[in-house]
Amino acid sequence: MCLGIPAQIVAIADPARKLALAEVSGVRRQVNVAPVMPESGVIEELIGAWVLLHVGFAMSRIDVAEAAKTLALLIELGEAQAEIDAIRASAA
Amino acid sequence: MRYADEFRDPVAARALLEAIAQSTIRLGATRADPVSIMEICGGHTHAIFRYGLDRLVPDGLEFIHGPGCPVCVLPMGRVDEAVGLAEREGVIFTTFGDAMRVPGTRKSLLQAKADGADIRMVYSPLDALALARKHPEREVVFFGLGFETTTPSTALSIQQAEADGQANFSVFCNHITVPPPIKALLDDPGCRLDGFVGPGHVSMVIGIHPYDFIARDYRKPIVVAGFEPIDLLQSVLMVLRQLEAGQAKVENQYARVVPEHGNPIAIAACADVYEPRDSFEWRGLGEIDHSGLKIRPRYAAFDAERKFGIGYAASSREPEGCRCGDVMTGRIKPPACPKFGAGCTPDMPLGALMVSSEGACAAYWQYGGVRAAA
Repeated sequence: MCLGIPAQIVAIADPARKLALAEVSGVRRQVNVAPVMPESGVIEELIGAWVLLHVGFAMSRIDVAEAAKTLALLIELGEAQAEIDAIRASAA
Repeated sequence: MRYADEFRDPVAARALLEAIAQSTIRLGATRADPVSIMEICGGHTHAIFRYGLDRLVPDGLEFIHGPGCPVCVLPMGRVDEAVGLAEREGVIFTTFGDAMRVPGTRKSLLQAKADGADIRMVYSPLDALALARKHPEREVVFFGLGFETTTPSTALSIQQAEADGQANFSVFCNHITVPPPIKALLDDPGCRLDGFVGPGHVSMVIGIHPYDFIARDYRKPIVVAGFEPIDLLQSVLMVLRQLEAGQAKVENQYARVVPEHGNPIAIAACADVYEPRDSFEWRGLGEIDHSGLKIRPRYAAFDAERKFGIGYAASSREPEGCRCGDVMTGRIKPPACPKFGAGCTPDMPLGALMVSSEGACAAYWQYGGVRAAA
């Protein structure tokens, strides 16, 4: 129950109750988006956003820029490792 | 799956493992005298075993599995009270599936259901609220469980129930908080931890500053981590780098999900609905000051404890021979417990850590950590 799952907000279901529809791997369910409401209060702004879903609540918006930064670091590491592997293979 | 698959890249994992190995060598860590890093969160424990990270890291690094599995630390007395509530006439008792098999003194919720109690597994407290709307003639009780990750969802559900005037909905609140047990572990004179991998989803709610005391007062590094294998390896490396530099800082590896100051809306909802209990019992660890939450008097109408007259009663009795407490404090590994696999298995758990898939013993059992330890 503590593990979150990334989901994309695809529609608004009940603005008063802050309920939206989220899609997870092709499955849709109603979720509460109160924790990630934009400061403007306009719930529709969430459509298309990626969130982390916990027990039916969107508890965090996934920061795409931060995800990209971590991935960039990993790609760098990966490329370095591929080089090292290539050198090892050629030396063998 | 977007924002998950990228963090499972085997090439990056190999690079990180190589860097971790070099770092442990520089630290002079060996199998006999390893660097001990506690992953606080049960979700991390599960991921470590699922991806076999415990076997991929060098000998000089040891994972100590922390107390961060809320179902595992739920005391027997509270399970008994949940069963008692579920057996009441007219009650629909709703719970996350994880809690069904936790043993109580008399029986588990699963056994109570088999005996005829109306117990329903729900994915979300929202589902419990929907059940209350659907069955106005029944009392729907939600078993509020979990750390700061799930605490706000229960709070928001209580606020929604109040807004809707949903008088037949209440919460049996057993929410707990992460920092107090960490402080208790660090205050233990036998503590031999060198650093921490911090819980990602708890921190998504509370931010990273509630861990400042770990770095400031105890001089231990802590790195808040995501749940993919790459996240974990990168976080371990960040802890090691701090140790090499003689630093103790709070760092955030999981910035794509964890904002520095957490989620202010969730924090505000929790502050509105809950107040700390003087102390709360943790299975295997005993009573810990200010480690549990109860519902404020303002929301008394939605508090199952008040509604059904249940007082929080401590019950430190543990099953005979069970050594969950020693596993949780890192004194022994699960297979060293005499009950492991002999009277305690995931199907028939005796101790707390065998109950949930996030418990250290269940993870050892499921993913063969036992073979690695042998």
